[in-house]
Amino acid sequence: MGIHEITLEHADERDLTQLGEYEAIGGYKPLRKARGMKPEKIVEELMNANLRGRGGAGFPMGRKASFLAKGTGKPTYLCVNADESEPGTFKDREIMVKNPHRLIEGCLITAHGIESKSVFIYLRGEYLDVFEVLQAALEEVREAGILEDVTVVVHRGAGAYICGEESALLESLEGKRGQPRSRPPFPAVSGLYGSPTLINNVQTIATVPPIVQHGAEWYASIGPETSPGTVVFSLSGNIVNPGNYELELGTPLRQLIYDIGGGIPDGRELKGIIPGGSSTTIMTPDLLDTPLDYNSVAEVGSQFGSAALIVVDDRACMVQMALRSTQFYMHESCGKCTPCREGTRWMVEILRALEEGRADQAQLDLLVNVADRILGRCLCALGDFAAGPVLEYVRAYRDEFQRHIDEGGCPFGGESSLEGVFAPVEQHHYHPTAEVPS
Amino acid sequence: MTFYDDVQAIKAQYPEERSAVLPALRLAQEQHDGWLPPEALREVAEALDLTPAEVQAVASFYDMLHLEPVGRHLVEVCTNLPCALVGAQQVLEAFERELAAPPGETSEDGEFTLRAIECAGGCGTAVVVSVDGRYIEPVKPGDVPAIVAGVRNGNS
Repeated sequence: MGIHEITLEHADERDLTQLGEYEAIGGYKPLRKARGMKPEKIVEELMNANLRGRGGAGFPMGRKASFLAKGTGKPTYLCVNADESEPGTFKDREIMVKNPHRLIEGCLITAHGIESKSVFIYLRGEYLDVFEVLQAALEEVREAGILEDVTVVVHRGAGAYICGEESALLESLEGKRGQPRSRPPFPAVSGLYGSPTLINNVQTIATVPPIVQHGAEWYASIGPETSPGTVVFSLSGNIVNPGNYELELGTPLRQLIYDIGGGIPDGRELKGIIPGGSSTTIMTPDLLDTPLDYNSVAEVGSQFGSAALIVVDDRACMVQMALRSTQFYMHESCGKCTPCREGTRWMVEILRALEEGRADQAQLDLLVNVADRILGRCLCALGDFAAGPVLEYVRAYRDEFQRHIDEGGCPFGGESSLEGVFAPVEQHHYHPTAEVPS
Repeated sequence: MTFYDDVQAIKAQYPEERSAVLPALRLAQEQHDGWLPPEALREVAEALDLTPAEVQAVASFYDMLHLEPVGRHLVEVCTNLPCALVGAQQVLEAFERELAAPPGETSEDGEFTLRAIECAGGCGTAVVVSVDGRYIEPVKPGDVPAIVAGVRNGNS
């Protein structure tokens, strides 16, 4: 348990952005080994390692790769999901900035495993520093002849959370609005340009080289059997030592918050922990002994998500938390499915009414009702990401919501840490339509 | 190289040329004072054999593509939960005072556009501020006057 660096190994001691430094710690050795292996053997290793996708859904990478359609006569594509945008999540940025060659090596090994010659890294547009590091690293491997006949293109997004959803990512990469596709067909059968496509998160791909080097058995023996390995946990919010920490799965939440994170600053009390980005449901302090792995977090009713822990102290009003979180999902809803497009707006309106003391009991019931009507009713998970957390804020902090009604406004009286926080959605005043003549 | 030629080079990276829309829009925006006026959309459309309407439909989807004029410098403050919990609103208000422009607006001299943005992916070093696409982190309200002065000086 505790700190165990695999994807960030040596990243703090050496400048691994330089090819020579990366090779000095054994870099690109796994690639040479992999290229001497049969492709199907690599997929088998990933399957046996039980490497679960680190982007949030936790789907086993080896199985996903095994679903790829064969003999279609079309090229197979590998897309790396580097559109890290889930609030609270900043692990992929650190992996790419500090260890870009590890990602590139993972891409090349995976491409060999799925017999692909074409890799796209879909990088969120805001990550300009990462783009520059990746481009420089790619230039180095291109000059060194390491790419062989594989092309790797870093494709920058342009500011849309939804493009981290795999089918929206493909739409965006094809030059369209980033709106999710209905499935089936799944990307493994019909993905980028209608061809078989494997899509995996940065950290997942960056974990492939050590698995190939040391074997599936080694990886599967780290951490709990159901979710082995390590994850880079992103720690933020009201915590003494925020930052990224690569830990074995199964490390208790308490150890991360108090031993590694240094606890809550300024002598404040812990009020809640969002365990895996703002789309996961908040956990109350009584759950501090939960081991941090996919299954254990699910057992206590939350989600492991992207291992991005947002720590909240007792100064935060939970209605304001729910409001600010929902404003984000309202802003980022692509507008394709009605329950998400309209439902997120309804939730924001009701939460704002609660915060401003304009809501009555019926509106609190309506909030829960609207959230229930979003859950599971959309093409992608964004609606669920908005609604699930709202339901849990209401359930876990019901008294606080009730006080907003009973006391005709926020019981924090302007002293909440989130008081008045401005959400970007307010500033969108571009109206592309022509004026209707009277 | 003309814009048209640049876009042809971008197209060559992709199996299907429409994939070049986002890079082409980013390039067009850089060449049009940080935003996409109708003629920029037309240039992208022409270079990629699309209609201006198709290009605008794409551009209007993405937050980093601006369909209205912006100031010479773009100051963006993350106000999502991790930053908000440690004082993003106070940082935003400090910029609002320093630039005399509310979020979403451009200062009177046309130098700065101030925006609040969603999670920038720097939650461990909150509050994150982006100036012309470069992150400054962490930022406290007291750092704001020096940041603004630095940008102004780099300017002159």
